[in-house]
Amino acid sequence: MKNAWKILAVVLLVYTIVAGFLAPVPNLAILRETIRNLFFHVSMWFSMMTLQTISLYHSVRYLGKSDEKNDWVAAESVHVSILFGTLGLITGSIWARYTWGAWWTNDPQLNGAAITMLSYLAYVLLRKSIDDDQKRARISAVYNIFAYVMMVVFIGIIPRLTSVDSLHPGKGGNPGFNIYDLKSNSLRMIFYPAVLGWILLSTWIMTLRIRMKKIEQTLNRYEK
Amino acid sequence: MLFKQFKALLIKEIKLEFRNMYALNGVLLYVVSTVFVCYLSFKHIAEPRAWNSLFWIIMLFASIHAISKSFMQDSKGLLLYYYSIASPGAVILSKITYNVLLMILLSLICYGCYSLFIGNSVINQELFMSSLILGSIGISSILSLISAIAAKANSNFGLMAVLSFPVLMPLILTLIRVSNYAIEGIAFSVVYKYLLVLSLLDLISLTLACLLFPYLWKD
Repeated sequence: MKNAWKILAVVLLVYTIVAGFLAPVPNLAILRETIRNLFFHVSMWFSMMTLQTISLYHSVRYLGKSDEKNDWVAAESVHVSILFGTLGLITGSIWARYTWGAWWTNDPQLNGAAITMLSYLAYVLLRKSIDDDQKRARISAVYNIFAYVMMVVFIGIIPRLTSVDSLHPGKGGNPGFNIYDLKSNSLRMIFYPAVLGWILLSTWIMTLRIRMKKIEQTLNRYEK
Repeated sequence: MLFKQFKALLIKEIKLEFRNMYALNGVLLYVVSTVFVCYLSFKHIAEPRAWNSLFWIIMLFASIHAISKSFMQDSKGLLLYYYSIASPGAVILSKITYNVLLMILLSLICYGCYSLFIGNSVINQELFMSSLILGSIGISSILSLISAIAAKANSNFGLMAVLSFPVLMPLILTLIRVSNYAIEGIAFSVVYKYLLVLSLLDLISLTLACLLFPYLWKD
């Protein structure tokens, strides 16, 4: 039953997709059916941040123990988090076009997402520029920790300082989904399973990539 | 012990700088020519927000240019020598302190040139100056660490810029906000919390730089 969580991921995501597109949702002005994006767009960010936190944990561990497995987990988590971040940007952008009227707006959360993506792309670039395995692992771990803390600062502190309020539901005086949802819980019933499902899926992809890396390493060893 | 090493290394940095003056003059000329290019293309900027943003963009690039050298110019042998005689804390602190001094000088000269050519619409000068000084401390500590990372990756100015932009953003945005208030002439008593945030950011980046540098150090 080691793989039960993978089955759970599949079940939850099938439920998310079927219920997310078909279940009745509150009918609200402007939002209308785009409210279903909650199950896909928002959960992408949850998955991305979970992976980045996993990556941070393993980077800290690497600096302590210099075990190359920690480095693999840190690197692959970042790779997958970039995939999920890109999906989050795309789903958000399409949604924003139909509700706010623009692909991109000057919104603290959008800028935070963009800066996060930039710093993790820089992390990937840094990894590519160093050849020696151990050196790469150590230096990228240092950058990872530094970038994560700065990202938390950016997302946590800066929006509270700016005068421009977020346009996002639930921020800057806009009503959040929880207000519409008090009576029926219809959104919550899909949203929470969706978040868990996507997080599990992203972790699954990450573990697959680590297995690929292990096989590559073993092959390299035999070729030598 | 740590303080003695720190002092010796700092004095060495400053002496080295004054001996050839090449790096310092290079950076100063970089700032002056950038400001002059901006002057030729803009002539005069009436809009305070644009004035402020342009100033900080010039500062951003000039600081990356100035601090990128701090670890790259040291040869491998020299770093090995430091490793055998000094603690990593003393090395990074001396680099940061030297860079803070350099950045304060740089920002004052940049501010002077910029005011001379493009005009100066700052009302609360003290607030603007304190944002310059707090900014210098934060930018130096972040960029000193990034410079050490980029130097370990045997890399060029490009990688240094790409690595430092995202991590500098919280600091730069807060700086732009504070100096906007300085331009509008808002009193200290209203904006002290932004200065507090700036000091906090400085403290975070300084602590992180000192904590993480020892790991970059051992080879």
